[in-house]
Amino acid sequence: MPRKGILVDRPYERLTREQVELIHQASMQILTDPGLISFNREAVDILHSHGAAVESIPGDHQSWQVKIPEQVVLSAMNSAPKTVKLGARNPDNTLIMHGDEPRVYLITGSETNIWLDVDFPTYVNKTDPTREIRVPEFKPRRGTVDDLCQSAHVCEHLEMVDGYIRTVNIQDRDITEDNKDVNKFFASLNNNTKHFMSGLTSLKQLDNVVRMAELIAGGKKALEDNPIISFITCLVKSPLQFVDDTTETFIEVCRRGLPIVVSSSPQAGTTAPIKEAGIMAQINAEVLAGITLGQLVNPGTPVLYGSVPVRARMDTLGDSYGSVETSQYNIDCVQIARFYGIPNYSTSGVCDPKIPGQQSSIERLFSDIVVTMSGPQFLHCAFGLLDCNSVFCLLQAVLDDAHFKMIEFFLRQPRVDQPELETMLKQIREVAATPQKLYISYIRPLLRSGEISGVYPFEGDGEADDVFELAYERMKELLARPVEHIDRETTARIFEEIPGILPRLNIYESGS
Amino acid sequence: MSKDIIAAIKKNVIQGRKTQEDVGIDDNLARTPGVVELVQQALEINISPQVIITEGLTAGMQVVGEKFSTKEYFIPDMLASAEAVGAAMDIMRPVLEAANVETKGKFAIATVKGDIHDIGKNIVAILLKGAGYEVHDLGVDVPEEKVVEFVREEKPGYLGLSALLTTTMTEMGVVIKALEESKLRNSVKVLIGGAAVSNEFAQEIGADAYCVDAFDAVRVLEGYQQTG
Repeated sequence: MPRKGILVDRPYERLTREQVELIHQASMQILTDPGLISFNREAVDILHSHGAAVESIPGDHQSWQVKIPEQVVLSAMNSAPKTVKLGARNPDNTLIMHGDEPRVYLITGSETNIWLDVDFPTYVNKTDPTREIRVPEFKPRRGTVDDLCQSAHVCEHLEMVDGYIRTVNIQDRDITEDNKDVNKFFASLNNNTKHFMSGLTSLKQLDNVVRMAELIAGGKKALEDNPIISFITCLVKSPLQFVDDTTETFIEVCRRGLPIVVSSSPQAGTTAPIKEAGIMAQINAEVLAGITLGQLVNPGTPVLYGSVPVRARMDTLGDSYGSVETSQYNIDCVQIARFYGIPNYSTSGVCDPKIPGQQSSIERLFSDIVVTMSGPQFLHCAFGLLDCNSVFCLLQAVLDDAHFKMIEFFLRQPRVDQPELETMLKQIREVAATPQKLYISYIRPLLRSGEISGVYPFEGDGEADDVFELAYERMKELLARPVEHIDRETTARIFEEIPGILPRLNIYESGS
Repeated sequence: MSKDIIAAIKKNVIQGRKTQEDVGIDDNLARTPGVVELVQQALEINISPQVIITEGLTAGMQVVGEKFSTKEYFIPDMLASAEAVGAAMDIMRPVLEAANVETKGKFAIATVKGDIHDIGKNIVAILLKGAGYEVHDLGVDVPEEKVVEFVREEKPGYLGLSALLTTTMTEMGVVIKALEESKLRNSVKVLIGGAAVSNEFAQEIGADAYCVDAFDAVRVLEGYQQTG
C-alpha cells in the first residue's frame, strides 16, 4: 500500500486552460528562438541527432546554441511516464504519483550548510529577580554527518513527511568530495525508511550509490521495481543554459533508468522576467528542454517536472521565497505540469528569516497552504528550512509537521449529502426542544473518530507562549524512538563493497 | 451483586453514559444499562444512597476529573459524565430527603438582565448538578427582583451570576446591591463569571468569588463545602 498523501479534490488553479496553452506555445517558441545555450557537448550531440538545430558559439568556453523543434519536444513528452513510482525501504512508504491526479506527497529538503541548534537559557528580570523566563536561543554551526543521521531519524517519525531529501550538507573534516555522496546516501537510508532523493556531489560516485541502493533493495531488478532512491539535477541554469557537469550527471542517471527530477529555478527579475507570463514561459521551456533530453537519452525514464521559481528581493536581489509572487509562480507551474500529465515537483514553505519565529511561520504557512491546494504530486515543502534554504533547524521541522497536519485536515472533503442532512435536521430539532439548547452531547461520538481537528499541539498552559519548548520536547521524544536501520548483513556488504563510508556510521561495529 | 452494580455505576459515569441509549467511549457498552438504569437497580436492591454517591458517582467523577486534567478527556466528556450524575441525583433526591441525608446545598444561577447568553451558565449548571448540588436555573435576562425573590423564598446557599457583555456586567452589581437592601446578602455566597468580568470586578461589586470557568465554579463551591 503506498502512502496516501493529501488528495486535493478540486485543486486551486490561477490560470485558465487558454492561458496554459498560450504559455505552452510561448515556451515552444522560446525553444526555437532563441533556443538554449548548451555547455555540454553530449547533450548537443543527442539533441542534434534527433533534429535540433545546433550552432557553435565562439568564446573561451565551448558552447552551442541549440534550437529544439516543437515536434521533438512533443514526441519526447509522449515517452515520459505519466505515473512515477518512488519506492522505499519500507514498502508502506512507497509514493505513486499520477500526473493527472492532484495527490500531494510532502518531502523534506534541501541540503543546507548550516545546522541550527536550539537552547533555552533562563533570564532573570533585572528589577524583579524573582521573575525568570526561558527564552529560545538559536546557534548556527556547520552541518555534520551526525546531524544528517538525526534529521533522517526525526523525519522518519514525522507523520506528514512522505519522503526524505537530506536536509543538511555534511561538512565533517573527514568528508571529501569523493566520499560525500556515499556517506550522505548511507546516513540517510540507514536512518529513514521513506523514499530518499538527492543530488550528486560527484558523478564518479553514481555507480557506488546505485550499487548501495541495489544491495538495500535486494538486487538490480528489485531496485528497478522498488526505486528506493531518486535524483535531482539542476541541469538548466536560467536563463536557458544547459550546464556542463549537471547535464552530464543527468544524462548518466537517465541511462540507469532511475527516477530523476528535471529542475529549474529561475529568479524573477534577474534570471527570468519578473512578469508572471514571462517567467512561466521561460521556466516551462527550461523544464521541457530537460525532459526532452532525458527521454531522448533513455525513453521512458521516470521524470518529475521540477519547478522552483522564485522572485528576487528588491533590496538585495537575493531570492525571496517568502514573497507572494513566488507562491503564484509555483502554483502556475503545478497547473502547467498537469497540462502535460507529468508529475510535478514543486516547492513551498521556504522562508526568508534566519531563525524560527513569527515571520518564518507566516511566510511558510502562506505558501504551504496555497501551493498544497494547487495539488503538486511531489512537494518539497522545506521542512525545517530557514534563511532561503540555507539553514536547517530540527525544531522547525517538528513545527512544520504539525502545521501540515492542519493543512491535511483542512483539505478533507466536505460531507454534505441527503442522509447527512437528514441526520442534522433531526439533531437540530432535538436540541431546539431542550431547555439548554446545546449540541455538545453530539460531539462525543466524533471526538475520537478523527472527525474533529485537535487543538494546536504545542499550546502551552496559561498565557505563556511555550510553542518552541513544547516542540523541542516533541523533537527529543522522536529522537528517542528507535528507527529501523539497514540489517546487519546488508550493512556488512555495503561496507565491504562501497568504498569511503565512514566506519563510525556502521552501527553494528562502532557501537553508536 | 451490590459491588458489581456500584462498579458498573462508576464505570458508566467515567464513560459518560446517562442511559442505555447513550454511546460511551467503549463500544462494548452499547445497549447495556447506563447510570440511570443502574442507580434504579441499586435502589431497588436497597443499596445505601451514600454508597451509590461516594463509591459510584463521586468516585467515577473523580476519575473523569483526572482524565480531564491529563487532557485525555475533553469538556464534552466531562459534561456527559456530569449529566449522568445529575440524572442519578434527580432519581435519588426523594430517597435522600426521606432519609434526612444532608446534600451539598442549593445553587441558583442566572444570566443577568439585558443579557441572553447562556452557554457558560448552562455548562456551570450541568457540572454543578453532576457534582451533587441542587441546581436551580433561573434562565437568561433575569431582573434583580426575580433573583431577590428566589433567594428569599428558596434560600439557596449559593448564587451564580453570568454575563457575557461589558454592557450587562454592571447588572451583577445591581443584583448584589438589591440583595443587600433586602437584608439577604449574608445568606448567600455570590459567584460571578463570564467573558467580560474579572477578579478585580468581582471585588469592586462585592461578589464573594470570580470563577474563570465552569470548573473553577466547582472548585470554589467545593472550597466552601470544606470550610463550611
